Amino acid sequence: MRGFGKFISSKWLVVYAVAYMLFLYAPVILLPLFAFNDATIVAFPLTGFTTKWFDLLWTTDALHGAVRNSGFVALSTALISTFLGACAARSAANYSFPGQKGVMGFIMLPLVLPEIIVAVALLVMLMQLGMSLSLWTVIAGHVLICTPFSIAILSSAFAGMESSLEEASFDLGETRWGTFRRVTLPLIMPGVISSLLITFTISLDEFIISFFLTGTDVTLPVYIWSQLRFPSKLPSVMALGTILLAVSVGLLIVAEVFRRRATRRQGMDAGSTQGLV
Amino acid sequence: MPSLSQESRQGLTLLSPTLAYALVMLAAPLAMVVMFSFWTQDYLDLDKTFTLANYREAWTQPIFQVLMWRSLKISLIVTTTTVILAFPIAYYLSFHVRSRKALWLFLITVPFWTSYLLRVFLWKVILGYNGVLNSALINLGIIDEPLTFILYNANAVVLTLAHAWAPFAILPIFIALEKIDRSLLEAAEDLGDGPLRRFWRITLPLAMPGVVAATLIVLIPTVGDYITPKLVGGTDGLMVANMIQIQFGKANNAPLGAALAVSSMIVVAAISIGIYFAGKKFGGKVK
Repeated sequence: MRGFGKFISSKWLVVYAVAYMLFLYAPVILLPLFAFNDATIVAFPLTGFTTKWFDLLWTTDALHGAVRNSGFVALSTALISTFLGACAARSAANYSFPGQKGVMGFIMLPLVLPEIIVAVALLVMLMQLGMSLSLWTVIAGHVLICTPFSIAILSSAFAGMESSLEEASFDLGETRWGTFRRVTLPLIMPGVISSLLITFTISLDEFIISFFLTGTDVTLPVYIWSQLRFPSKLPSVMALGTILLAVSVGLLIVAEVFRRRATRRQGMDAGSTQGLV
Repeated sequence: MPSLSQESRQGLTLLSPTLAYALVMLAAPLAMVVMFSFWTQDYLDLDKTFTLANYREAWTQPIFQVLMWRSLKISLIVTTTTVILAFPIAYYLSFHVRSRKALWLFLITVPFWTSYLLRVFLWKVILGYNGVLNSALINLGIIDEPLTFILYNANAVVLTLAHAWAPFAILPIFIALEKIDRSLLEAAEDLGDGPLRRFWRITLPLAMPGVVAATLIVLIPTVGDYITPKLVGGTDGLMVANMIQIQFGKANNAPLGAALAVSSMIVVAAISIGIYFAGKKFGGKVK
């Protein structure tokens, strides 16, 4: 496109884009470098290749507990927020009622609210109700911030759905629930899976809310936070981070594949960005 | 309530689980924070008589004033930097990349999915006295002494946050740029506008909704950031969220913490509204 052409040439934009990507990836590249580095101090120059920091992770019991807790929290969060997200996305896509915009705006609010405010607010309420902190209070907070993401993903799935298919199903005598299970759900399935994976990943990495609302059972990021204080623990934290990065990117790629399948099913160009935009 | 149509009722019924959750887990807690901020606490005893003492303290004590100012200043610098750095990338993606847009967008979001804690920590490794950046610059012979102004101060906080929020700035601007009707640019060219004028009079105003969205999406959460100031900020980089945490934790003064949280929310909301209307004025309709 010639748009900005003579003012800033396309060549400089490419240089800028590459430099920017280097900036974005700088810390990410260091993570595996130090995870495989044979030194207790996290600094250059690298001293040699080792996998001992990964081996160490297998024998750290506190970490295993944190992994189990995080897995439980992330799975529950993914299921609950995808269900809540599906309800809201369907309602927004297929129905209209007075005040809908305001209500939806309110539900999407956690997307822009500072997390510390959400955390503090939930903490105050739990204190007032005299409830003790547990993994369930962490889940409650995670669901709140994950639901808007789920709504954003599922909205495009519902918006692209042909409602005549559901009407045909009703006409042929299928019940409401039967139609949902046999027509609607298969159509939105790629979106649902994408939402489950994204909310799972967000919950797995969420720190501030967990930090405020966690009781005696810590989640993975809270565990990592506690380890950052001990210099001798850092290399194994790097190893843990490398594994987490691999898992997150793997989940993201699967989520992306399903998002594309959803857009393709709706007859859009799968390589395009339409599902995102 | 006036009687609703069947469609409205169905839509509301469908929305009710999500709405109920948001009311119980968001509206109620927020209301309680506001209530709490008017109470006082003496160690473990909560005094529920209405008082403005917490707000008086939050707005007049120098330590709180300093932290609030610093949080705002850092957030505004971060937001400006992030949006200005993000714009050319979004522009490049929208106007120059032809077939691999989705791949680029994916690559931009990947670093965002590394543990936030570790990303911030790794910036500490990069910026430290014996860090990656300093040793590289010394080896290249560009500097003789390690630079010290890049870690444990507000600069480090700005850099780290600009990194963390990059995808959130790029995406809305990209979406706005994608929506621009390219024929408008051709029309401007035919009518004799040069590239600079065309950018200033067409591209930028039409991209304004995205720029405003990016600005707000970065500004609002960064004011409340807790991890980055704590890890790379040193004592001069601490922000209001750290103080809120201290009040809820060590200081055991939840009402004062609540007053600080409410105060910062009000300040941020006011600034956001200002930015929204400024954007509207420059770019026309902001959605």
